[in-house]
Amino acid sequence: MTPASRRRRPARPGGVADRTAGYVFLLPWFAGLAIFTVGPLVYSLYLSFTRYDLLDAPKWIGLANYRRMFTSDPRYFHAVRVTLEYVVVVTPVKLGLGLAVALLLNRRRRGVGLYRSLFYLPSLLGTSVAVALVWRSLFAQGGAASDGLSSLGLPGTDFVNDPSWSLPTIILLSCWQFGAPMVIFLAGLKQIPSELYDAAAVDGAGFRQRFLHVTLPLLSPVIFFNVLLETINSFQAFTPAFIISGGTGGPADSTLFYTLYLYQSGFNDFRFGYASAMAWVLIAAVAVITALMFRLSRLWVFYGDGGNR
Amino acid sequence: MSEPTPRAAPAPAAFAPPSGRRTRTVLWHLLVAAVLVVVLYPVIWMLGTSFKPATEIVTSDRPWPLHWTSHNFPDGWHADPGVTFGRFFANSLTVSALAVAGTLVSCSLAAYAFSRLEFRGRSVMFAAMVATILLPYHVLIVPQYAIFKKLGWINTDLPLVAPKFLATEAFFIFLMVQFMRGIPREIDEAARLDGCGPYRTFLFVVLPLTRPALITSAIFSFLWTWNDFFTQLVYLNDTDKFTVPIGLSLFVDQTGMTSYGPMMAMSVLALLPVFLFFLAFQRLLVDGATSSGLKG
Repeated sequence: MTPASRRRRPARPGGVADRTAGYVFLLPWFAGLAIFTVGPLVYSLYLSFTRYDLLDAPKWIGLANYRRMFTSDPRYFHAVRVTLEYVVVVTPVKLGLGLAVALLLNRRRRGVGLYRSLFYLPSLLGTSVAVALVWRSLFAQGGAASDGLSSLGLPGTDFVNDPSWSLPTIILLSCWQFGAPMVIFLAGLKQIPSELYDAAAVDGAGFRQRFLHVTLPLLSPVIFFNVLLETINSFQAFTPAFIISGGTGGPADSTLFYTLYLYQSGFNDFRFGYASAMAWVLIAAVAVITALMFRLSRLWVFYGDGGNR
Repeated sequence: MSEPTPRAAPAPAAFAPPSGRRTRTVLWHLLVAAVLVVVLYPVIWMLGTSFKPATEIVTSDRPWPLHWTSHNFPDGWHADPGVTFGRFFANSLTVSALAVAGTLVSCSLAAYAFSRLEFRGRSVMFAAMVATILLPYHVLIVPQYAIFKKLGWINTDLPLVAPKFLATEAFFIFLMVQFMRGIPREIDEAARLDGCGPYRTFLFVVLPLTRPALITSAIFSFLWTWNDFFTQLVYLNDTDKFTVPIGLSLFVDQTGMTSYGPMMAMSVLALLPVFLFFLAFQRLLVDGATSSGLKG
């Protein structure tokens, strides 16, 4: 049986050449997958059961890395908490801002294209070191943020070096980059047929009701997409925390993100086995959360007839 | 392409006279502009501070300078006693250019196979490719580092560049697949009737038609590599090998207020390519992000 040839449309020439060509074209990708993804994935799973300092051969220690992580490493738990706090705040706030501005820009007015681009600019500058440095300067002692507060008569503080303000400072930096989800929301809003709004208006629905009963349900697939993307990305935040804390995760470990602790464990403390174990717990967590979100999405994501995708 | 669906609100229009509508337009512009000023404030502040004399940075809250100076640029350029930012820029340009070349070649090949060729195992491989997009990068960094160390590639550009030639940026494959699927099948079937095999069809028919997706990929691939910090931090050790992001991070050790000016000046230069791409391709960048869910 040759399933490939049966599926082929008879009118098309190409045949065998076509089928081998597929593999030829995929050769670089396949090599990359083996060398840089699947190979390392398997190897890191193995390393996570070893002690490995990169100089001597890895030494098998069974579940010791995982045991240490969950029972005797308070910094690990701290890193988990910092990361969860970050994800839980950033995702809704950033998406909320993105949606709000998208709604504001979703009308036919002059200059709307330019506005849209300008709001997207912070996302484009993204997680660059330059922007993290700007942020650090704005919120450090004597920076514009604390000076601005004190000129308003409020107590300004050194946000970057105050353990209770350092994480919010980084959260603010991420929320500032709401342009990327905003652009996706705008695309989604454009897909909603205007007749639905007209019909709702005829039925006497006000702005709020139109938003709740037309916009939100029809936008739900796009919202879901954004939530998924944003959550997965937030778990992997690194550069802002690294730059703003000078690589330490400080002050007082208040910005010790998961990935930052992973980096420190490996490349500062030479515990590469431990870092690999941390990486695998991250993979598992992201996989579980993604699966859970897909499961939950059935309850609230509304796919219209044929809908978006 | 700004043609939002006509969100006519018949009810208010019926009650309000035409002048009310104009007032609302003005109010809308004021509101959007106000939000925009808040959002762009850090960028404005960065630009202003880069032209401020050191004394003014300490004393003044004004985002733009009272007395303009361009001193910060040469000061920042030579901030490191051994190496200038010229070296960092040259290194970043090399890495980014090679990354773009590698990504375009390898990803377009894979995308063509996934979107237009039929062969056994295609859908399984496609699923595997999409799954790699979601894989957290940090899980690969330790074993990849070990591999590159064995190869003797640490402290060279190779770990940053070589993977790109093997289509490891699956995101761009996905983007190109989505685009190639939109190209009518009849076109390459016609090419085949004219005697083109899959290779020539790819090179002379499909690839030229994919140009918009290739340009989007090239730009984003450049910007991502240019802005990337994590991998460059991990693989580069010597100051003369450093790229712009790592060069910039050297400023973190010098936290005094006097270094703000030079630091912001170099930040402005570091973001200059991003700004230029933004100015030249803003429509394309926004649409590219829209159609694919790209991050910034």
